[in-house]
Amino acid sequence: MIRFDNVSKAYKTTQRPALDEVSINIDRGEFVFLVGSSGSGKSTFLRLVLKEERATGGDVHVAGRDLARLASWKVPGLRRQIGVVFQDFRLLPTKSVFENVAFALQVIGKPRHVIERTVPEVLQLVGLDGKEGRRPDELSGGEQQRVAIARAFVNRPAILLADEPTGNLDPVTSIGIMKLLDRINKTGTTIVMATHDQDLVDQMRKRVIQLDDGHIVRDQARGVYGSGA
Amino acid sequence: MRVAFVANEVGIGLWRNFSMTISVVIVTAVSLFFFGSGLLFQRQVDLLEEYTYNNIEVSMFLCGAQSDEPSCAGGEVTAEQKAAIEADLAGPELSPYVEEWLFESKQEAYDRFVQQFEGSAIVESVTVDLLPESYRVRMVDPQESDVVVAYFSGRAGVEQVEDQQQLLAGLFGFLNGARWFAWVFAGVLLAAAVLLVATTIRLAAFNRRRETGIMRLVGASKFFIQLPFMLEGIIAASIGALIASLGLLAAVQGVIVPYLQRQIRVTPYIDTSDVFAVTPGLFLLGILLAGIASLITLQRYLKV
Repeated sequence: MIRFDNVSKAYKTTQRPALDEVSINIDRGEFVFLVGSSGSGKSTFLRLVLKEERATGGDVHVAGRDLARLASWKVPGLRRQIGVVFQDFRLLPTKSVFENVAFALQVIGKPRHVIERTVPEVLQLVGLDGKEGRRPDELSGGEQQRVAIARAFVNRPAILLADEPTGNLDPVTSIGIMKLLDRINKTGTTIVMATHDQDLVDQMRKRVIQLDDGHIVRDQARGVYGSGA
Repeated sequence: MRVAFVANEVGIGLWRNFSMTISVVIVTAVSLFFFGSGLLFQRQVDLLEEYTYNNIEVSMFLCGAQSDEPSCAGGEVTAEQKAAIEADLAGPELSPYVEEWLFESKQEAYDRFVQQFEGSAIVESVTVDLLPESYRVRMVDPQESDVVVAYFSGRAGVEQVEDQQQLLAGLFGFLNGARWFAWVFAGVLLAAAVLLVATTIRLAAFNRRRETGIMRLVGASKFFIQLPFMLEGIIAASIGALIASLGLLAAVQGVIVPYLQRQIRVTPYIDTSDVFAVTPGLFLLGILLAGIASLITLQRYLKV
């Protein structure tokens, strides 16, 4: 589903590349933790998958597409197959829960009847049924992240990228979010989650890819956060 | 869904940026008003040129009792001198150039004068005797009026040969200058309008970076993301064009039609139909400039 072949990414302003000759393969339906300290290249990895950045070397393949050869007008088509969730939720404060999720479908031109059918479904999936009319500031942090996940998942993407989705949440709420992501993963969606949350990673026992200084230093099935086990 | 959604986004954008929207409307309105004035001026000059071209004459004023030109040393023009002039006008040398000519007596000159300056105090001070007799010569080709002017200038009994084309050259010079002024002025204002549209779009893009960021991530097309911003600029410019058109209509309807057309009936004037002919151009220009300004701005400040 996601394949990196000797991928490097160097930024003009710094000498050291953010990613250095990284090769990795993530299959359809996998759940992968991307761990590593700040500046290790996790965000660059996610941005390359989204084609927000171009690799300076190597090939990036996502959902069967060679991103280096993907015409810019086809990038939106790629992004429709990828959902993204962030640490800071990025909800629209003036829109209700329903409208926030519907927004993702409106802007890609889905007809009204599709929106009216799918949005309640996905809100139920994330456990927010009954809160459709609330504004983001009337929700807890965990609930806001559920809205963000609903928005990322409402178009049933093949891949869900999560960049520190529990970074702003307390441990109990974080576990709830993790369970939700696990449930989404069980529908066949590939999930790549960048995180610093050691407890969560240890608890879930999923594949762990550890980045350090732009290199993959560990790729372990059913791994834990630290390099020990 | 799409149309309603885009319309809603545009409405929000225009409203959030209300003061900027108003300034775009005003600057586009004023600049397009001057641009339209330039176009109408052009039409008026064309009308005037066409009219005078068809009516242009060489006026040959004959010596009166008080004339002090050297060619009038013999006193008032005699019947023989007039007969000689008429013979020359009809003769083989000049007849190919002369379309027609007519003689204007002192009384006819006076009647015309009174009609032209009706209601003015100057009429009281002029008597029939003060006005000269004249020949009015219309040329086959007005450009060749020099021939007649040269032929009769300085002849005994002819006080002065006047080519109206020469007189009008000054007027046309002035009108052309005024038209250029209107266009240069309009050009400067249009440049300001373009920059203002660009700034407004930039501000709007910044205000809505959250929305556009999400649109980008969920895979909205570039066109769909940029369309509301472009429409904002285009709608504001269109309102400006509308105001400019109404302004021109009011100027023509309120000044030229009731005042110039009735008071100074010397030449034909532009009317409202000319305004309607110019209006589509104003809309087109406004929309084009706003569209181009937003496109360039979005290219720079709204990465997709």
